Amino acid sequence: MLTKEQASEIFDRIKKLSTADEVEVLFSGGHFALTRFANNTIHQNVAEENYVVSVRAAFGRRTARAFTNKFDDESLRQVVRSAESLAKVQHPDPDLLPMPDSREASVIPDRTGESPVPTRAVPSRHFAATAAITPEIRADGVKKIVGVAEKHKLTTAGVFSSTESLEGIFNSRGLTDWHTQTLAEVSITMLAADSSGWQKANSPDLAKLDPLRLAEIAALKAVDSARPREIPAGKYTVILEPAAVLDIVGFMFWDYSGMAILDQRSFLTGRIGTKLFGDNITIWDDVTHPLQTGAPFDGEGVQRQRVALVENGIVKRVVYARATAERMKRSEQRDKAGPIAATGHGFALPNEMGEMPQNIVFAPVGDSQTIEQMIASTERGVLVTRLWYIREVEPFEKMLTGVTRDGTFYVENGRVQGGVRNFRLNESLIHMLSNVEAMSVPVRSCGEESFDMVVPAMKVKDFNFTEVTKF
Amino acid sequence: MKHISNWALNIAALRGASYADVRVVAQRSRSLTTKNGKVGSASDAESVGMSVRAIADGAWGFAASAELGRGAVEATAARAVEIARASARVKREDVRLAAEKPAVAEWTTPHKIDPFTIPVEKNIELLLNIDAELRFVAGITLAETNLNFNREEQWFVSSEGADIHQTKLSTGAGYAAYAFAGNEIQKRSYPNSYGGQWQNKGYELIDELKLVENAGRIAEEAVALHKADQCPEGKFDIILDSSQLGLQIHESVGHPIELDRVLGMEANFAGTSFLTLDKLRTLRYGSDLVNVVADARQEHGPGLGTFGYDDEGVAAQCTPIITNGLFTGYLSSRETAHTIGENRSGGTLRAEGWNRLPMIRMTNISLLPGEKPLSLEQLIASTDHGVLLQTNRSWSIDDKRYNFQFGCEIGWEIKNGKRARMVKNPSYSGITTEFWNSLDAICSRDEWTLWGTPNCGKGQPQQVMGTGHGAAPSRFRGVKVGAAFKS
Repeated sequence: MLTKEQASEIFDRIKKLSTADEVEVLFSGGHFALTRFANNTIHQNVAEENYVVSVRAAFGRRTARAFTNKFDDESLRQVVRSAESLAKVQHPDPDLLPMPDSREASVIPDRTGESPVPTRAVPSRHFAATAAITPEIRADGVKKIVGVAEKHKLTTAGVFSSTESLEGIFNSRGLTDWHTQTLAEVSITMLAADSSGWQKANSPDLAKLDPLRLAEIAALKAVDSARPREIPAGKYTVILEPAAVLDIVGFMFWDYSGMAILDQRSFLTGRIGTKLFGDNITIWDDVTHPLQTGAPFDGEGVQRQRVALVENGIVKRVVYARATAERMKRSEQRDKAGPIAATGHGFALPNEMGEMPQNIVFAPVGDSQTIEQMIASTERGVLVTRLWYIREVEPFEKMLTGVTRDGTFYVENGRVQGGVRNFRLNESLIHMLSNVEAMSVPVRSCGEESFDMVVPAMKVKDFNFTEVTKF
Repeated sequence: MKHISNWALNIAALRGASYADVRVVAQRSRSLTTKNGKVGSASDAESVGMSVRAIADGAWGFAASAELGRGAVEATAARAVEIARASARVKREDVRLAAEKPAVAEWTTPHKIDPFTIPVEKNIELLLNIDAELRFVAGITLAETNLNFNREEQWFVSSEGADIHQTKLSTGAGYAAYAFAGNEIQKRSYPNSYGGQWQNKGYELIDELKLVENAGRIAEEAVALHKADQCPEGKFDIILDSSQLGLQIHESVGHPIELDRVLGMEANFAGTSFLTLDKLRTLRYGSDLVNVVADARQEHGPGLGTFGYDDEGVAAQCTPIITNGLFTGYLSSRETAHTIGENRSGGTLRAEGWNRLPMIRMTNISLLPGEKPLSLEQLIASTDHGVLLQTNRSWSIDDKRYNFQFGCEIGWEIKNGKRARMVKNPSYSGITTEFWNSLDAICSRDEWTLWGTPNCGKGQPQQVMGTGHGAAPSRFRGVKVGAAFKS
């Protein structure tokens, strides 16, 4: 894999080619391999290695970026030329700040701007065993998953992937940072004639993945939800497994952004400091959490802070890139914006979205329950494995639609009664997070509708299903 | 580039591959956006690399590399074969490819103006002019514009003798105006939401779109939505504008006809399909008026699904998908054609880039226009009571593609053949086949537009692909409206 030393040498070459006042170079890429199976056979099996360098040139308050995946002299000359040509024709941006130096990026003022708060170190996220996964290891893993499917007379589809990746940043003010990590991921769908079950998990450490256990759980879901019956749409108590919680809550985190408030496109506009959710909802953004992944710095190299977004249902604050924070301080909205300071969540510049929290951690509650306990206390409800095709219907009440998928069960008198046909939901996230009756211990969870998070299972009352589909 | 391909093909053969193909791809893109009077992002990108797809021991392997030196290319080819042999550890039967006469060809997207030759200053000036028009309207709190150009040059060579050099060009542009007031955010977009209109054309598309000319109207509609009544809830006759109908086609026809989905290959991610193989030439998909084709040929128009050859060297074709309401065809590939009794691929295999495996993708999936002259205004005039819905705002459909729900940016209640009042937050929902069977009128060719959907996601790892959808405004009888907002 590309090393920090090699990247540093490339940065030096770029710096020599550049005529800009300031230059910033981002590196990304690595090795990626994925074995895909369906109908109990491997049908796609891919591997790639690629590294991308992106150059940001700044002339005063004009800036632009160009990308290439070629590191020869001519390609680097061309990418520098492209970034500089684009930058020179920009209109000056009064909000553009000089690039941060190492000190500014690593120590961030607190909310008052008076005392600096050093950031915490992230645990190592690079595991040699994960980086060394071969096509044969993945194929043998798939073979075991197929074995589980055959044991239950099911058909299986899914993926077993492995990644070794890097993110790096260098700028002409001396800032340098580098992050490497690995990730192994398994996703399994088990299919029966009229039902299905699903599980997915990932970890930087292959040793923490248990594909066989995931396969067994997915298989039991397919078996137990066979011959689904149709029950009418309506308001139900739902038990959302962690992946289903992730699928739906992920849609709100784009709004926890200073830029989204300035743009008045966030559902938090005018609502920071107010109680929007139930007392039991506390949400952090915390890249240092042991179950999280990702680089501890943002698109400008600023260290990511641990930020309390919601405490006991009250929206406490949003995250900021450097320039967004400065803009907000001058904005008419500053008095309604909560604490204003760069938090290390900015996207690479230039961009129009500003920033976003991407390491979401739901805080545990003192009286957490297992999913089995939630089921046992439910008189009439629906257990949901996973959601699909979540989209925003109305942005200010955060009304979302979507469907259940791959394991939807009817619960009555404290017991799972069998599978039901899948529902369409139309539900406000504000309403949902105000109606959480119980939560499990938060776990690292992954799905297809949002980025990975540390979230609990939730039991939610009055969840709005508006239609039933045909299966 | 032929020498690079030959290095790879030679190694693949030496390592025992029974088939191999090589794609060497150079991609270039430019993306410009503005927001509230400022340039939001400005970037140029290039990506160059090659990939090898190989069959060994009857199974597939794929490997890709950005390095184009002989050593790296040969190692990549060897890796593809090694991966194929690993795949063979878990297989039920050998891969079968439908026969295809190897093509030797050159093909380039027809265009008048290479968009990369237009000075960036001029691009930015256009976007800022639109932005100013949008924000001139009181009540607009956020204005966003975008302009995108893409160029992809590909050399495809196969062990069977295919040798195809193809260059595709696409252009996209659009904008959105937001109005935030009270507890509501309303939005209008032009020419379409989520990036506007995209076609395989040059810069000439930009002039055709009349972007500046429509900005004031769009901004005024965004503001006016705040004073509009909520769209009524119930069963109504609805008329969909052509852009919304394009997305309806994409979601409820385009995806379910993908043969890889039907065969279970996408079950873990994108899902399967209600269109099981027994439904071919037996299912009444829609009313007699419904004629849908999958047409990748240039004569269909400059859609994002238009090309000369797909990414396994099969020439662009037109496949009848729905014929007078009867379901008549799937999207297929060389590997899947035999499952529907075909001896040739439908030519739909495409990859996002050099580092992605080609897979079945929609080409231009289009609803053919009505044969009798019918304008949108005439269609409205012939509707007693209904709702006209314009421009998509949200879209969702289940993983077998039965139950869907769409929201639109703006609606107009129709009473006694006239647009009666603007309504906000219009949405509709239904079951795919019931919906298409309720279609009773399609506007004619002069109302037909070939829309581009630049953001279709599919596959693991996920690939984003552009697809085309031709549609003219159409009417559907007795559709459920407003269920999304029913408390």
